Amino acid sequence: MTTLHINGRPQQVSLPDETPLLWALRDELGHTGTKFGCGMALCGSCTVHIDGQPTRACTLPIGTAKNHQITTIEGMENDRVGRVVQAAWTELGVAQCGYCQAGQIMSAVALLKQNTRPTDKQIDTAMNGNICRCGTYPRIRAAIQLAARRLQGAA
Amino acid sequence: MNETLHTTRRTFLQGSLSGLLLSVGFNGLVRAEDARKYGADSMPGGTVDNPHVFISIEPDGRTTIIAHRVEMGTGVRTSLPMVIADELEADWARVTVVQADANEARYGNQNVDGSRSVRHFLLPMRRAGAAARQMLEAAAAARWGVPASEVQARQHTLLHVPTGRRLGFGDVAADAARLPLPAPDQLKLKDPSQFRYIGQGKVRAVDSEAIAHGQAQYGMDMRLPGMVYAVVARPPVLGGKLRSVDSTEALKVAGVLRVIELPGFTGAPMFKPLGGVAVVATNTWAAMQGRKALKFTWDDGPHATYNSATYRAELEAAARRPAKVLRDQGDVMQTLAQAKPADKIAAEYYLPHLAHATMEPPVATALVKDGRCEIWTSVQNPQAALDGVAAQLGLKPEAVQVHPLLIGGGFGRKSKPDYVTEAALVAKQMEGTPVKLVWSREDDLQHDYLHTVSVERLEAVVNAQGRPTTWLHRTAAPSILSLFVEGGKGQMDLEAGMTAINVPYDIPNLRLEGAEVEAHARIGWFRSVSNIPHAFAVQCFVAELAHHAGRDHKQYLLDLIGPPRKLDPRTLADNWNYSESPERYPIDTGRMRDVIEAAAKGARWGRKLPKGHGLGLAVAYSFMSYTATVVEVAVDAKGELKVVAVDMAIDCGPQINPERIRAQMEGGAVMGLSLALSGEISFDQGRVVQSNFFDFTVLRHAESPRTIRTHLVNNNHEVPPGGVGEPPVPPVAPALFNAIFAATGKRIRQLPLRDQLQA
Repeated sequence: MTTLHINGRPQQVSLPDETPLLWALRDELGHTGTKFGCGMALCGSCTVHIDGQPTRACTLPIGTAKNHQITTIEGMENDRVGRVVQAAWTELGVAQCGYCQAGQIMSAVALLKQNTRPTDKQIDTAMNGNICRCGTYPRIRAAIQLAARRLQGAA
Repeated sequence: MNETLHTTRRTFLQGSLSGLLLSVGFNGLVRAEDARKYGADSMPGGTVDNPHVFISIEPDGRTTIIAHRVEMGTGVRTSLPMVIADELEADWARVTVVQADANEARYGNQNVDGSRSVRHFLLPMRRAGAAARQMLEAAAAARWGVPASEVQARQHTLLHVPTGRRLGFGDVAADAARLPLPAPDQLKLKDPSQFRYIGQGKVRAVDSEAIAHGQAQYGMDMRLPGMVYAVVARPPVLGGKLRSVDSTEALKVAGVLRVIELPGFTGAPMFKPLGGVAVVATNTWAAMQGRKALKFTWDDGPHATYNSATYRAELEAAARRPAKVLRDQGDVMQTLAQAKPADKIAAEYYLPHLAHATMEPPVATALVKDGRCEIWTSVQNPQAALDGVAAQLGLKPEAVQVHPLLIGGGFGRKSKPDYVTEAALVAKQMEGTPVKLVWSREDDLQHDYLHTVSVERLEAVVNAQGRPTTWLHRTAAPSILSLFVEGGKGQMDLEAGMTAINVPYDIPNLRLEGAEVEAHARIGWFRSVSNIPHAFAVQCFVAELAHHAGRDHKQYLLDLIGPPRKLDPRTLADNWNYSESPERYPIDTGRMRDVIEAAAKGARWGRKLPKGHGLGLAVAYSFMSYTATVVEVAVDAKGELKVVAVDMAIDCGPQINPERIRAQMEGGAVMGLSLALSGEISFDQGRVVQSNFFDFTVLRHAESPRTIRTHLVNNNHEVPPGGVGEPPVPPVAPALFNAIFAATGKRIRQLPLRDQLQA
């Protein structure tokens, strides 16, 4: 048995230590908001926060993850920055198919927790590991800027 | 209306489903079966506009509208119910959208492919909404004992205009459901000025909130009690067969339950599974680990030598010798033979295979139990999935249910339900246990239905003003026909008809030829299909001719198109016309000119540009819509390219959901740039070389242009609707390469760009 601390709650899985966190979340625990896209940490669809740091769950073994705080997209509505980012996403109609957007939002939240005044270049750097095939990049950038303005206003 | 919704559900599947294997495949093949039918009538299932099928209203007014087509990102799950709600005069806030199962006999065609959803269902959905509105008005009139003409539906309320009395929709819904449907000629559709939602851009996509919260359900997210997970090792070469497999080590992997051999396909590939070996396990990861531990020997079969470099040489040779004539006016061969060398211009363009690489790889969940099969999946063509499963499992269609979930990217890949049938075949071996069959990214890239690979050769003779008097276009590309007919080759009408045969240019001697070349991979359709190579070649070549003539590209292009006029596509030898009526959908060169002007104005064409910058233009007509793109690039001394801005213009006729049209234009710009800059699938020894996003690279945030401006042109409800999903893509790559030429003087004729500017 491995205990994982997910969105502030301990949850137990019975899987080998080398199993990537992604499959523990999705197949064992039913947290399907975190998506499978490539399995090689190349597309960012599976982005979660490990102790607040954006991390690709598809290559992170649960044997490593068990010692850390894991936050997934399902935890974002209880997160101050997460809620602001989710609202910006919805208001600007960012999503097309939407499959990658949980990962995009997790990367965006991690950025805005570090930096509420990101430059375009800083946005590019923070988001470059998250692929969107529908091509929503312009709206993602706009939504991050909108969320940033609101977070500055609240600060 | 709730009761009728349930009772009429029983009538489903009355239609004949035999012989659909071809017709579900592609619109053009449907046309071949019945040349007299156009548009939605040519599609399996046609259209349905019966309000009982789509609308139900509870006594408290809560309204359910069925989305019979699946969402893959274009917004259709919002837009079509919104059209019904508008004509119904429903309050959108009180509407719940419910997804329909696969059932074309009940709902009409459900295949979200070919940019057809609004094109084919705008009018039927308006009619359904209007019919229900009139029935509600009649029911309220009867309740009050007044003429129906005195009652008006307004935002979920029925108003007796002379007295101001009101009833809610829910108050009379049960009465209304018992009334006869209005006769078709008695339907009163709204005047466009009365639309509340159509064209307003105020309705949010119905899934946007769920998506942002990670709660939206895609095919990948299906879960059932006791579900097991499967992955499949498929023959690495198309048509290859399993000779032997040793599963000893695989079965030792923790969590692996079973190893199951799947038969390969015979005949044309169609939507049949490729065969191979399935590993079933208690979770996806365990299944993948089990698959890694399998030891195979394969018989690679006849395509084992497929190599992209060799094949390119074959295509070039085919493009340099006479081929099948598809359109011929004037005397191209004689004028070419007689022209002075200085007046002749020729160019060849190469475009490689492309993979769809949807962010959600193909996935399907199946349960076979008690002689029935139930499927949950993300599929563009649910009815084809149902029919394929029934055929493979030897079940009657009535014994198969397909529940469509959100599609995590389609682009044409998920209109081929091979992966759904594959899941059903594995589930049949696991009778009583639900099986989720997942494709990895490697599976997806190496076993896709690829976009074709092509060499496009163009030759022209120009007059003293630099205007072409002779135009020869020869296209050499493996055909989608090979998917449905073993060994099929040559341009089908639907391929030639995509911006090759129907160039509306005023050129006296004009010929299109299509070479017949063999396919060695599954050739599918990728967002905008053959428009990609054809528009790239034609639009680059026009820019080359303009440069040769020493003229402004935009003005030269407008002159070539000529004055505004409506052309019957048949006069351009285009007898396909996207299966639409040539009378209803002529090629309107005026609208083509309008989008060019709009994109050019957006980009301030003709302005003085900074050093190293260039503007490039291209236009396309596809899926009954007109699109033009202007790209601005900056190229530095080292050959580093930056896409500064993109202007995207579209005239799709009436604009139903302008906010989503803009989203499609933005996304089309990104996808077009992606394929132009780095998209390539290549083969060696019959195998796909690329395997994941490190070697099949797609556009990322940092490469995406900071500025994409969209220009929606004309919004004309007097013309029938055009498509929106695919039309943004074709003009992007040629506009980019024309911009690169404008910036650097380098004419590059090979996709993708990669490091060609540094060479």
